[in-house]
Amino acid sequence: MYKYDEYDQAIVDARVEEFRDQVRRRLAGEISEDQFKPLRLMNGLYLQLHAYMLRVAIPYGTLNATQMRMLAHVARKYDKGYGHFTTRQNIQYNWIKLDEAPDILAELATVEMHAIQTSGNCIRNISSDQFAGAAADEVEDPRPWAELLRQWSTFHPEFTYLPRKFKIAVIGAEEDRAAVKLHDIGLQLHRNDAGEVGFRVFVGGGMGRTPMVAPVIRDFLPKADFLSYMEACLRVYNRYGRRDNIYKARIKILVHEIGAAEYARQVEEEWAHVKTLGLDAPAAEFERIAAFFAPPAFETGLSDTIDRSDPDFAVWLDQNVSAHKAPGYAVVTISLKPTGGIPGDATADQIDLMADLAERYSLDELRITHAQNVVLPHVRKADLYAVWQALDASGLAAPNLDLIGDIIACPGLDYCALANARSIPLAQKISQRFAATQHDLGELKLKISGCINACGHHHAGHIGILGVDRKGVENYQLLLGGSAAEDASLGRITGPGFDEDGVVDAIERAVDTYRSLRTEGERFLDTYRRVGMAPFKEAIYG
Amino acid sequence: MADPDQSDIGGEPKLRFRNDEPHEEPAVTLDSFLGQSNATAVRLESDEDARALLPHIDRLALVEVAFPKFRDGRGYSAGRILREAGYTGELRAQGDVLVDQIPLMLRCGFDSFAPEASVDAKTLAEALSRYTAVYQKAADARRPVWALRHG
Ligand code: SF4
Repeated sequence: MYKYDEYDQAIVDARVEEFRDQVRRRLAGEISEDQFKPLRLMNGLYLQLHAYMLRVAIPYGTLNATQMRMLAHVARKYDKGYGHFTTRQNIQYNWIKLDEAPDILAELATVEMHAIQTSGNCIRNISSDQFAGAAADEVEDPRPWAELLRQWSTFHPEFTYLPRKFKIAVIGAEEDRAAVKLHDIGLQLHRNDAGEVGFRVFVGGGMGRTPMVAPVIRDFLPKADFLSYMEACLRVYNRYGRRDNIYKARIKILVHEIGAAEYARQVEEEWAHVKTLGLDAPAAEFERIAAFFAPPAFETGLSDTIDRSDPDFAVWLDQNVSAHKAPGYAVVTISLKPTGGIPGDATADQIDLMADLAERYSLDELRITHAQNVVLPHVRKADLYAVWQALDASGLAAPNLDLIGDIIACPGLDYCALANARSIPLAQKISQRFAATQHDLGELKLKISGCINACGHHHAGHIGILGVDRKGVENYQLLLGGSAAEDASLGRITGPGFDEDGVVDAIERAVDTYRSLRTEGERFLDTYRRVGMAPFKEAIYG
Repeated sequence: MADPDQSDIGGEPKLRFRNDEPHEEPAVTLDSFLGQSNATAVRLESDEDARALLPHIDRLALVEVAFPKFRDGRGYSAGRILREAGYTGELRAQGDVLVDQIPLMLRCGFDSFAPEASVDAKTLAEALSRYTAVYQKAADARRPVWALRHG
C-alpha cells in the first residue's frame, strides 16, 4: 500500500487547517452560507435533509486495518455508530455536526486519509478494481497509476472549476469490476500486439439523466505520456464542456455532441502541445509509487484444498470467494447486504471486526467495491473457514455476492435532499422477497436510484429501479438489460411505473419469466438479451 | 513570491504581483483588438479563445480574462495557454474572483487581480502561504513534488 512521505502529509495537513479556518469563518458569520458552500463542498461536506453528510475518500478503494479502524472510530465518536460505503468506493457519514467536521479531518489525516475532492466540480476520488493486485486475470496492478492520478489531480490549479464533477477509474484486467465505461474517463491497462503495456482510454461515459457508455478515444496510450494526455483530455473539456445547463455539463454531452472522433482529434492536437511542457512525472516517480504496491510476500507451498463439510460455509465459499493469482490464496468479498439490511451500511463494530480480520488474515489490506461491499484480498485458503465463522458471528456472512440480494442502492429520500423516492426500504423489501430463491436465480445485479441523478447506477443494473415523483407520490420505474461490466449496456424502461409493493411484484414476474425461458447456463441478462423486452413486458403488465 | 501591491490604482487592478508599472492603455474587446494593429491591451471573455491572441503576443502588454462567475473555470485554461505560448505581459483575472481561488490562478499564470468583491488581506496572505508543496507542474515557477522527490 502507498505510504505518505513528508510532502503528501504536509498537503493533507494544510488542507485540514484550511478547512478549520473556513469553518471558523462561517461559524463566526464572516462568510455567508452561499460563500461557504463551494468551500465545504470541496471538502466533501454536504448539507442534507437532517444533518451534514461527510464523504471521506478511500483512494482507489484500498485501505489498511489502521485506516479501517479510524473509520469505525469516526462512526462511533462523530456519527450514530455506523457508516455507509458508497458506489465510488468511499464512505459517508450522515449525521455530522459542522463544528466537529474539522476535527474529523484532523483525525483522518493522522492515518493518511482525507475528504479532498469528494465533491465539487473537480476531479473526484479515483476508483479502481477492488481485486487489483490479487486478481487472477490481471495484466498489471492499476493502483500505482491511480495513485499517480490522485496526486496529479489534487488541487490541480486548472481543473478545480470544471463544468461539472469528473470521475476517473483505472483497471488492469479484462474483466471490468469498476464500471470504467460508465466514467468520465475510464482507463484500462492492456497489452498491445508489440507486447507493451499501455492504456485504452474511454471518455464520456456516465449515468445521470443522460446515461452513456463511453467510446474508446485512444486504443493505446504509452505509459510515459499518461499525465500529459490526461491534461489534454481535461483541458479540452474545461474549455469546451457546456456551462449553460447543469444537466448538459458532463463530458459525456461534449463527446456526444461533437462526436468521439472529433473529441479525440482535439485531444490529440492539444496533447501535441502539452506533451512538450514537461508535465509528466519521471519514470523514477512512477517506480517509487509502484514499489509500495509490490506483491506482498505470499507464502509458498500452501495447499489449495478447502474443507467443505460445513454446508453453510460451502454456500458462502461458492458465492463470495474468488480466484487469487497466488496459489493457496483466495479473494474474499464480505457482503454488506444482509437480508433486509441497508445496502452498504456497516456498524462501527463490524468495521472494527473487518479491520481485525484484514490484519490477521489478509496481509493488512482491505478494499471497498463499487457495489458497496468490502474485500479481503489476500486470504489463505486454509483460513477461509475461520474468516467465515468470524463474519457469520457478526452478521457479515451473507452469501449473496452478485445475486439479486446484492443490491446497489443510493441513500434516497431517507437522507438525500435531491431524492424523489426512498431507495432503502425498497431494497430491504426486495432482499427479503428473494432471499430464498436468489441462488437459483444466479447472477442478477439489481440497482436502485432515488432520483434521476442515478447515484444507485440504475441504468447499469440487469434490473434497475428509478424512483420518480408522480404528482407528489413516490413511484418507481423498472428497467431491464443494463450492465456496468465489460459488456456494458444501458437498461430500458419496461413501461408505466409502480408503487413500492407493485415494483417488487413486477420484479417477481420478471424473474419468473427468466426462469421459464432460460437455457442452460444463461444469466438473467443473457436471457433478456436473447429474447428481448417483449416476454418480460407481457408478464409484467399482461 | 512578491508581496501583492494592494494600492488601488484607478480602481483596478486591486492586487498586483508584478513589479513593472501598471499598463495605461485600456483593454479592448477581442474583436476590436484583432481589428487594430496597434492595441496592446485586450479583454478576453470567458467563452473566447485565448489562442486567437497567440499570433499577437509580442505586442501585448495586458490581457484581462473575465471570470463572470466563480464557477466558470475556463479562464484558468486561458491563462495557462497564454503563458505556455510565452506571453510575459500582465495577466489579470477580473470578475467573480474569490480569495480561495487566487492561489490557483497564480499557478495558472495570472499575476494581477481585479475581484468584484473585496478581498480580506489576512485571509489572502494565509491562503498564499498555506500549501508549501504542489503536485503538478503548472504555469508558475513552483517545482512539483515529483521533481523535489527526485532532485
Ligand atoms: S440518485 Fe438522487 S436520491 Fe439517490 S443519492 Fe443520488 S441524488 Fe440522492
